[in-house]
Amino acid sequence: MAVLTVEGIQKSFGGVDVLRDISFSLEKGEALAIIGSSGSGKTTLLRCLNFLETPDKGVIRVGDQVIFDAEDPRSRSEQEIRQQRLHFGLVFQSFNLFPQYTVLENVTLAGRLLAKEKPDFKSRKAAVFREIEENGKALLDSVGLAAKLNAYPHQLSGGQQQRVAIARALALHPDILCFDEPTSALDPELTGEVLNVIRGLAQRNTTMVIVTHEMQFARQVADNVMFMDGGVIVEYGPPEEVIGNPKQERTRQFLERYAQQ
Amino acid sequence: MSDVLDSLVGGFWLNLEVFVMTLLLALPLGLVITFGSMTKFRPLRYLTRVFVWIIRGTPLMLQLFAVMYMPGLVFGIPMKSRMTAVLIAFVINYAAYFSEIYRGGIESIPKGQYEAGQVLGMTRSQVFFRVVLLQVVKRITPPMSNEVITLVKDTALARVVSVAEIIMCAERYTKQGLIWPLFSTGLFFLLFNGLLTLLFGYFEKKMSYFRS
Ligand SMILES: Nc1ncnc2c1ncn2[C@@H]1O[C@H](COP(=O)(O)OP(=O)(O)O)[C@@H](O)[C@H]1O
Ligand SMILES: [Mg+2]
Repeated sequence: MAVLTVEGIQKSFGGVDVLRDISFSLEKGEALAIIGSSGSGKTTLLRCLNFLETPDKGVIRVGDQVIFDAEDPRSRSEQEIRQQRLHFGLVFQSFNLFPQYTVLENVTLAGRLLAKEKPDFKSRKAAVFREIEENGKALLDSVGLAAKLNAYPHQLSGGQQQRVAIARALALHPDILCFDEPTSALDPELTGEVLNVIRGLAQRNTTMVIVTHEMQFARQVADNVMFMDGGVIVEYGPPEEVIGNPKQERTRQFLERYAQQ
Repeated sequence: MSDVLDSLVGGFWLNLEVFVMTLLLALPLGLVITFGSMTKFRPLRYLTRVFVWIIRGTPLMLQLFAVMYMPGLVFGIPMKSRMTAVLIAFVINYAAYFSEIYRGGIESIPKGQYEAGQVLGMTRSQVFFRVVLLQVVKRITPPMSNEVITLVKDTALARVVSVAEIIMCAERYTKQGLIWPLFSTGLFFLLFNGLLTLLFGYFEKKMSYFRS
């Protein structure tokens, strides 16, 4: 069964349609790469999944549970949204680490705050916090930053910061991890280390939606590729089809323009 | 000599009173004004911004006169205490300045900081208190320290409504032909501002472990 089902998502900003009737689904353990030129609506789609934008129309399901329905105002309450967005993790293009916290604190902060809401928190406080910390350390170890636990974000390179951001997103065990051009803000020599971390996640069957301009990487890592243009899905399928042998003229043009750069 | 010193210290005590009371009241009031100037409710936002524009656009000295004499002239209820008038004018004036500094600080925090917190399931207040606040405090400390030091010097304006602050006290001696008390008042201001500068420097250093 699909872990994520998106049905008929529409979003417009000031009368301009940015997403028109986006539908797709994602299997558990699947990695989906979204490609498309700038302005095609990729970021907006990820932001809709993470409740940073509210779609004007459409339904989003995780498993068999409806987590968003534009027709149902109940799915807009702040408390509800806060619960539902935990199904998703989001790694931003610009990292957005919290500068005043150490690397480890960045990864554990949200988990500690959420733990406080659990009914048995008071009695198990020490154990719960220790568990969160162990989990954070293990995650940072897995992205190759075990030596930087107590560093502050400004002391890290961009690639290291983005790896912390990935660990931070993983710490809450999201069902679906979203990446919005995770290497676009990095110097070319630093993209490799971040892409390698994502590759590792794909090998461990992490369910992911990755917006990227790295075609080689998308080909290697993605189970499916979605090409977006003008707010619609123009082509969708396995990478060898969409990138290797595109059927649509618009996809071909995009890939050609891309290859020339 | 000790007579002069007593008088100056007594005067400076009033300067300090104006300083401390203004800070205590204007710091929180400034935050209220900030909320007003950032609210989504337009009429209130415009009203607040016009108010801030008027307060920042006119001399504090004029505002002191206004608070002191307007109630009597316009409503027939004369201001009873000069000190109260001074405090009202100072608090309103400084709250307006502080509010603009707060607003600048809040608006300078990248949207991505809020979004990163939200996406991690934090509530609005958790995002504000755990993520944004310290970054705002760090950013506004330098402009706030400037403003606070200006406040110390502005307290001398209390004399325009005859509150006997230090310079007014010293001037009495000038009229008797004694000039040094007037200029020695500068030392009081210098000393106190030196102390504040050290304090703010310590505070900034405390927050220098991170960059934002
Ligand atoms: N908050 C917003 N307000 C108005 N227009 C927006 C907003 N966010 C995105 N857009 C517009 O939506 C279109 C798609 O943007 P985006 O989703 O960022 O595309 P992509 O990530 O594919 O480059 C762009 O034309 C952009 O200007
Ligand atoms: Mg984008």
